Amino acid sequence: MTPPILEVEDLRVSFTSPRGVSEVLHGISLSLQRGQILALVGESGSGKSVTGLSVMGLLPRQASITRGCIRFDGREITHRVPRELRGAGMAMVFQNPRAALNPTRRIRNQLADVILAHEKPTAAELHRRLAELMEQVSIADKARCLAAYPHELSGGLCQRIVIAMAIACSPDLIIADEPTTGLDVLTQKAIMDLLLDLTRARGMSMILVTHDLGMAAQYCDDVAVMNKGYIVESGRDPHALFLDPGDAYTRRLVNACPTEQSRLGPQSVSVPPASAAPLLDVRNLVKTYGRDFRAVDDVSFTIGRGESLGLIGESGSGKSTISRLVSRLINPDGGQILFGGQPIGQMPADHFYRTPLRRQIQFVFQDAAGSLNPRFTAFDAIADPIRRLQQGETSELGERVIACARSVGLPEGLLNRYPHQMSGGQCARVGIARAIAVDPQLLILDEPTAALDVLVQAEVLALLERLRREKGMSYLFVSHDLHVVRMLCSRMLILRHGKVVESGSCEEIFRQPRDAYTIDLLSAIPHFRPTGNGA
Amino acid sequence: MTTQSTGRQERAGLSTALRFARENPVTLFAMSGLTLIVILALLGPVITRYDPLASDVPHALRPPDGMHWFGTDELGRDVFSRVLAAARLDLAIAVSAVGLSMAVGVTVGCFSGYHGGWLDRITGRIVDVLTAFPLFVMAMALVAVLGNSVENLVYSTAIINFPFYIRIARAEVAARRQLGWVEAAHVSGNGPSRIVLMFLLPNIMPTIAVQASLNLGWAILNAAGLSFLGLGITVPTPEWGIMVANGAHFMSSGRWWLVVFPGCALMATILCFNLMGDGLRDLLDPRTRA
Repeated sequence: MTPPILEVEDLRVSFTSPRGVSEVLHGISLSLQRGQILALVGESGSGKSVTGLSVMGLLPRQASITRGCIRFDGREITHRVPRELRGAGMAMVFQNPRAALNPTRRIRNQLADVILAHEKPTAAELHRRLAELMEQVSIADKARCLAAYPHELSGGLCQRIVIAMAIACSPDLIIADEPTTGLDVLTQKAIMDLLLDLTRARGMSMILVTHDLGMAAQYCDDVAVMNKGYIVESGRDPHALFLDPGDAYTRRLVNACPTEQSRLGPQSVSVPPASAAPLLDVRNLVKTYGRDFRAVDDVSFTIGRGESLGLIGESGSGKSTISRLVSRLINPDGGQILFGGQPIGQMPADHFYRTPLRRQIQFVFQDAAGSLNPRFTAFDAIADPIRRLQQGETSELGERVIACARSVGLPEGLLNRYPHQMSGGQCARVGIARAIAVDPQLLILDEPTAALDVLVQAEVLALLERLRREKGMSYLFVSHDLHVVRMLCSRMLILRHGKVVESGSCEEIFRQPRDAYTIDLLSAIPHFRPTGNGA
Repeated sequence: MTTQSTGRQERAGLSTALRFARENPVTLFAMSGLTLIVILALLGPVITRYDPLASDVPHALRPPDGMHWFGTDELGRDVFSRVLAAARLDLAIAVSAVGLSMAVGVTVGCFSGYHGGWLDRITGRIVDVLTAFPLFVMAMALVAVLGNSVENLVYSTAIINFPFYIRIARAEVAARRQLGWVEAAHVSGNGPSRIVLMFLLPNIMPTIAVQASLNLGWAILNAAGLSFLGLGITVPTPEWGIMVANGAHFMSSGRWWLVVFPGCALMATILCFNLMGDGLRDLLDPRTRA
């Protein structure tokens, strides 16, 4: 058997801060064979990115390797990664492709930089190499991409360029740190397929750092599950490991992962009687940007009382625009929005805060931490809508805020904290508590779990489902994750380029998608099939 | 809030302050320097027994000694007490001028940044016109037109400073008005004015405070510069710029103390204000607190 391409033994990494030294990796060991793909799976803060950075020798200045060793191809590289290895021996694909590219240089020059750092090809040779690279990362429009600046390209194209940079000098190992975060599910599939093909074709090895168990299962040969700086479980064949996890943490992770079978307890699909007027009735909604870009193009739907509707689409499909139109943050250019039979589309968004309906339509934002005023404590954030929208009764403000916090499971002790002092899940809870503080009838949720880890996401989804049942609210749930929508919603609407391509009950769409786009979407979701999941 | 938890918070605040001081020796130096200057300025009449305006011709142009620490000027006035009295006046001018331009500039800038449109275009043009003039020359012209008085010195300093506040406030607000928490404020039922004043303004204060700190130094220099040229403050009043201007006549005959002491006071004050700017930003940003 050949020696492994990468060996990590008992690696310990510590961060030094003004408040002292804290160890973030507590002695992890890994080994990766040539041509294999290893998944490092875990939540944020589990140490999976730090592991990748230590191997590349790219740890931030305040971090240091205190013990253990890293061997690349039999060569010790623990404390110093030789320059000729970076790029030619191993390369990295970063999480945010736009941030990994220099915004002021053309793609051609950036790619050439990588090659010229290691070799001295002639101009013609370089030109040929660049064209070859573009072909390998399946970019059809070579000339335009090479001449472009990063901001002129889509996120998917930028990630292809970053991959091209990574493979430019034929490395033996690629470290991909969440390479598809922020990309749409179809683009994600394309990028992952590309990485897989390249690894196989060139006999490279890859470490895939990800939080997505489905992706790990579908694309990797080995898996290591990380939690709080330890590897809790590792083994061959992620499928088998996820189906029968030996470790309690892995089991929790697997169970929290939304899949086709996931349910949120007994789903009481209370279909309202057909005669009852819907709470929200949107007819032929249109929103135009610029001269002729139709972000929302003739969209109609209804939401009954106590019902939740899922709005599915990729970025740019108009789903966020619809949520902002319905919540009256922006003005429509056509169509009608009827709330409880009352037309609200014509009221200017700037004055909507004065109407009594403002209380009835509340919003939970995508980036929970970013939706909280950095200068408000959690208490102030939750109290704000009560102070503004509930006339008179402010005497029991304190009790109402505490009751709200309790109903979203936010400990009372956290109420005097600022957003930066809370975790992502806690911020999400504050955001939800703020939205339900004034007992709205319609809650608009714009990807409320997109920025959360899978365990936290499961908790927040369960919370939302419980609140809906207890308070009888209606939800408009915007997401790009079909499984999440299926868990929470009875009906869904699939959007593309501002138009509705398919709508119907979730069960039906999953069982028998009609539109070609829906079929693509459904098949692009990376998944593993947990059969022994109690389902 | 119980007294116990308040006490704990105070202790936490104190330890944060101590750590901050340890990590930012330059800021600590600037802040203690400024505190010293302010205390000396306020206690001036207590510290010296000389009247800054009382002339004592027999003792004119004495070099520094035990009686007159900074020596005496051509009319026998005590330079030390004059430097302290001038500190009071210069600091007062700077603080009121910067306060005035900050209040007006930040308010205008916030609203024009938030609303955009015609309001933004009009204020933008006004700012462009104001900054197109050489600022010091404009201040000179303003004092010359408005008349020689301390108030007019304050007004002119405020007017030449206020484009900076409009620009900073406008840019900072415009960068934030699309953020999630501003949208959330809309949904929570806050009107535009409330959002600007209660949400955006507190969030841009760190940047404004840094600008104000740099501006205070600059405003003092401006006031001293105008007085040096004979504008604004008239002769018997102790003011650093005038003192330097008068003392300059005696430099050639070796009476250095008439220029050096007010000059050093001026320099030290401006230096402290400038150094404090950066430290303030760190201190005011809640994210850098424990």
